[in-house]
Amino acid sequence: MTSKIKSFNELKSVQKRLKAGRDPKKPGITVCVGTGCLAYGTKKLVENFREELSKRDLADRIDFRTSGCHGFCERGPMVVLSPEKIFYQRVGLADAGEIIDKTLLKGEIIDRLLYVDPATGEKVVHEDDVPFYKKQSRLVFGLNFQVDPESIEDYLAIGGYGALGKALTGMKPEEIIQEIIKANLRGRGGGGFPAGWKWDATRKAQGEPKYIVCNADEGDPGAYMDRSLLEGNPHLVLEGMVIGAYAIGSSQGYIYVRNEYPLAVKNIHIAIRQAREAGLLGENILGSGFSFDVKVNRGGGAFVCGESSALFASLEGRAGEPRAKYIHATDRGLYDKPTNLNNVETWANVPFIIERGADWFAGIGTAGSKGTKIFSLVGKINNTGLVEVPMGTTLREIVFEIGGGIPDGRKFKAIQTGGPSGGCIPEQYLDLPVDFDELTKIGSMMGSGGLIVMDDRNCMVNVAKYFTNFLVNESCGKCVPCREGIRRMRDILADITEGKGREGDVELLEKISTGILDGALCALGNSAPNPVLSTIRYFRDEYAAHIKEKRCPAGVCRDLITYSVDAEKCTGCMVCVKVCPTGAASGERKKVHVIDQAKCTKCGACRESCKFDSIIVR
Amino acid sequence: MEEKVKEIIQQYSGDKSYLVPILQDVQREFNYLPKDVLCAVSAHLSVPISRVYEVVTFYKAFSLKPKGRYQLSLCMGTACHVRGAELIARNMEDILGIKEGDTTADLEFSYETVGCLGACALGPVLVVNGEYHGHMNIAKSTKILKKLGKKGATDDEQD
Amino acid sequence: MVNLTIDNRKIEAEAGQFILDVARENGIVIPTLCSHESIEPTGSCRLCVVEARQGKKTRIVTSCLYPVAKGMIVDTRSERVMNVRRLVLQLLLARCPGSEQLKEMAAEMGVEAEPRFVPDTDNVKCILCRMCVRTCEKVVGVSAIGFSYRGPEKNVCTPFKEESETCIGCGACAYICPTGHIEMETTETGDTRTIWGRTFKMKICKVCGRYFAPEDQLVYISQKTGVPIEDLAVCISCR
Repeated sequence: MTSKIKSFNELKSVQKRLKAGRDPKKPGITVCVGTGCLAYGTKKLVENFREELSKRDLADRIDFRTSGCHGFCERGPMVVLSPEKIFYQRVGLADAGEIIDKTLLKGEIIDRLLYVDPATGEKVVHEDDVPFYKKQSRLVFGLNFQVDPESIEDYLAIGGYGALGKALTGMKPEEIIQEIIKANLRGRGGGGFPAGWKWDATRKAQGEPKYIVCNADEGDPGAYMDRSLLEGNPHLVLEGMVIGAYAIGSSQGYIYVRNEYPLAVKNIHIAIRQAREAGLLGENILGSGFSFDVKVNRGGGAFVCGESSALFASLEGRAGEPRAKYIHATDRGLYDKPTNLNNVETWANVPFIIERGADWFAGIGTAGSKGTKIFSLVGKINNTGLVEVPMGTTLREIVFEIGGGIPDGRKFKAIQTGGPSGGCIPEQYLDLPVDFDELTKIGSMMGSGGLIVMDDRNCMVNVAKYFTNFLVNESCGKCVPCREGIRRMRDILADITEGKGREGDVELLEKISTGILDGALCALGNSAPNPVLSTIRYFRDEYAAHIKEKRCPAGVCRDLITYSVDAEKCTGCMVCVKVCPTGAASGERKKVHVIDQAKCTKCGACRESCKFDSIIVR
Repeated sequence: MEEKVKEIIQQYSGDKSYLVPILQDVQREFNYLPKDVLCAVSAHLSVPISRVYEVVTFYKAFSLKPKGRYQLSLCMGTACHVRGAELIARNMEDILGIKEGDTTADLEFSYETVGCLGACALGPVLVVNGEYHGHMNIAKSTKILKKLGKKGATDDEQD
Repeated sequence: MVNLTIDNRKIEAEAGQFILDVARENGIVIPTLCSHESIEPTGSCRLCVVEARQGKKTRIVTSCLYPVAKGMIVDTRSERVMNVRRLVLQLLLARCPGSEQLKEMAAEMGVEAEPRFVPDTDNVKCILCRMCVRTCEKVVGVSAIGFSYRGPEKNVCTPFKEESETCIGCGACAYICPTGHIEMETTETGDTRTIWGRTFKMKICKVCGRYFAPEDQLVYISQKTGVPIEDLAVCISCR
């Protein structure tokens, strides 16, 4: 453990010492232990590595490190071997010994663990050459590879807390705020409000104490970059918060984190303890006279708590109901005191801006949106994972170059951004540069950065129903338009998907939407109609097919489809007959099977199990 | 019970603003949140029971009913949804004979759907007592339930 | 003092006053369902929305919570405003088809039920205006009732939907309820009163001999004010 560091100079010498202790040429093994990889059973792989290393008496000669999420979750478990950065993916839990013996000791590459570029069919040896990584600018997220999230020494060794030292010893609070304003760092949590202005308003607000809050209640389904940052590099987030606290004049901070993220909770607690011990948090930080501490509070599972006033209510021990925001949180937020709230990714950008300067930061991105953005690229996409790119990168680059396109050769249909407050973007906008303003222009929004790719087998009415249903369950119930209006929209959408849609339903949905947009109390309600409005805007035909023809073109809506067997493709393998839970699928071996419509419950088991794609859904 | 509740509240220095985490810890201790336990929390934290009840019923993480031996959480995040989680959800309800959020009468299975777990690459995801099962489909979910059901049955026989 | 315009009328108001209060003082009617002078506004019913222009920005705001400002131009009946009000009423009519008060209000505003909204059948008249809960907490001070669950399942109840030990039977919640949802029943003789599923024994006035208040309420007042319980045994008319 690092003992208390009492000055910036001492910090510099500690960083230097730790850096010197890390020989870049020393062979090393890094295993990703982000939640995605852990879900593949990586914990066992880590144990195996440790065991195999000690068996061979190599523990001292080889740096073994577990690291936070690398982002390429599709390919876990992942192992990177230094110094060459050899990249092994889909590593078997029993492969540890072989990797040590062959690659580390003899320099042999294990072919079967290499990534194969689906575009070229070529095997890729080095991590940097994997197309998924190659096209990215991993500024904020990239540090995840270099640190063990449980080790403050790792973070210090790569220059960690240097920005804090610089800020505390060389900059006035106002200068820091000016730097953040000049960098035009916009909030990464949803609205994209300029962070510097918020800091400035909180600093200038009347009332003591002032609070700063880190929003780690990442509720957008399909977004998990904040979790991966907090899990993988908690000190980066903490450092950003301490700098912000100093600039704003706050001595108490809170991190509000989802209880569904146990690893993030654990790692941030460890980081806070280590930072306190090292004199980087708590009383008299780095001997500067500035004191600041952080408390961690776990959320109870409510999407609405991503909204700042609801989050404050939850932090105060109440139900997460937003209040009408005519008084800004910067004036009266948590406990009615001036409060500055930013999300995890926003705080994580701060040390970079202080370290390298606003001009450097503002050099990345588009005119109105600076820096990089981490997206979670998920859904019908070959390379699921976290992707960090400069603002302004086009959707096409993200989906096809980094994401590797749509699986099974299917057709791209839409990409959903902005979570339940966002919208579905059709193919015609694939060349749109992604930033805060461009997405808003076409009826969606950046949100926290979830990108959910859909193919031709996704029904857009069903997707609208899904989001609306999500919002019905997550509405706090305080105001009438959101509590009552969204459920009525859901009911109408349900009718449409069940073949009970009526002429005029689409227009009625639009009318209700307008009333909710204008009438709801908080940002969650105000944006709740977006998924419906955007699907109507771009996929009106699909609504019409459901309502007028009682037909689901994507073959999803159960009441509008039938399952049948394609006689030309069916080989009579009996698989569907075996999996069918109701006995609807029947037939003899090597003869074309049939589905009895009277018995079929359209559960989808036959289609899922058929290896010959012979189940037709219409 | 009182002692345990007091102990948990003490870990948060009796700070009312920690009501949500306190209740989470209490639930972990008692498997669910029985009425008498909530009354104890209310008394020792000096928060009206109506407020405690409001918080408990507002947040999805809390349960007023006992949880089953096997806790099944099906992720309904968007990534899982577009990969067919809806069909699996229906299958789960059909086989278990309960609705999402309920527990089977024999207290064997609690089944819930949850918002995004952030394991989108593995979607659809079914979590069984904290263990992730990725790339879920209808057949796999049936198999998992059968396996757990059989296990349960053998346990009963041993009893 | 600030000058502003409401519905084309020039009006002077104190800084910090809410639009709704200023409008009412000047005889301009803005409909509300969750507003009462004895409790702080929460902005939950959304009926009182108005369109407010400040500088170049025009937006829909909640008049019960939004402070007036210099030069503000308020339209209390713009098309956008009326759209919100119509939706709110249609939604509430579908939620509480049994509420006469809502029907009257809708008729006054010329709003008809939306046929596509299937009326709820649970016979609930509660519109979740929050006035009862806030009165119980802030005015009476016992917090016997509260909210439970969220979204469409949200409702007002006693904890665990059981008899509340802290309820004093004062009936303030029933009194303030704008839709008659909270039922309070008194026996013919007046010796007991039942509210939220609990029956309270009433106290007889020492002077006139009529039942006038729940015994629990008098105990509560005595404890809170320090006035001996014997001194509270006389009803208000006889005091």
